[in-house]
Amino acid sequence: MPSVLFYIFAAVMLGFGLLVVVLRNPVSNALALAVSFLGLAALFVSLNAFFIGIIQILVYAGAVMVLFLFIVMLLDIKAEQRRKLNMPAVAGGVLLVVAFSIQLISVLANFEPGKRRINEVPLDLPAAAAARVASGAPAASINATLNAGSLPDVNLVGETLFTKYNFHLQVIGVLLLVATVGVIVISRREDKNAPAAES
Amino acid sequence: MITLNDYLLVSGLLFAIGLAGVVLRRNIIIIFMCLEMMLSAANLSLVAFSRFNTVNGLPDYNGQMLVFFIITVAAAEVAVGLAIIIALFRARRTVHVDDIDAMKH
Repeated sequence: MPSVLFYIFAAVMLGFGLLVVVLRNPVSNALALAVSFLGLAALFVSLNAFFIGIIQILVYAGAVMVLFLFIVMLLDIKAEQRRKLNMPAVAGGVLLVVAFSIQLISVLANFEPGKRRINEVPLDLPAAAAARVASGAPAASINATLNAGSLPDVNLVGETLFTKYNFHLQVIGVLLLVATVGVIVISRREDKNAPAAES
Repeated sequence: MITLNDYLLVSGLLFAIGLAGVVLRRNIIIIFMCLEMMLSAANLSLVAFSRFNTVNGLPDYNGQMLVFFIITVAAAEVAVGLAIIIALFRARRTVHVDDIDAMKH
């Protein structure tokens, strides 16, 4: 990916991320966050993580943002009134963020493995196909795609997910089930007048 | 060309913006959005490390698996968190965190 695209998408992501913090109207905040996540998804695609990029758009910019907008409109939250700012808290927060940024930059300046360029670590698809054949990996269609010179990202993610991380996937499924039940229990309207047997 | 440090810097800056939002904003829904932003910033650094540490010429898919699980857990977290916010709004009629100080007194 040409570096100019990296800078454009990084600027979109950070700029709209900043708007999320600055804007007062919650609907504008949610839409700015969606655009920020679109920029982030483009950065994922630039790192050859096509599946993660698409998931980022579908789950975050799609489902999660719709949920946020739904809640904001359901609760009918107006733009925040300007209140008197708690100056020590604001100063502390800004100090925390500035200290974090300075520390980040100083750590990255001394991080030698991070100075590799992306074209110094190219993807070697025929070598990957040979290594897969040598290790006896079953899926022949993935090897064929690798030998044809294109990265079968979704196939490789799926293969790793359903073989190496199969148990974790099932645990995540249980977690989603528990979260669904929990949401229903938490958001149910408690009617104190109703008899206990009907609830 | 782009280096790994560029990606890590952008990821760290997104994390810092999210942190600023969590610390400075008082609207609980905005705080929640900024939390999502911080989780996504962590995802970006994981995917960058995965791409720059190739295994047999492919990206390290273990890192991308972790990102997949983080996104799943974050989606579950958003659903539960927004349900809690709705229950809170029903009880207190506010989303302003300074008004929710029952535990303080």
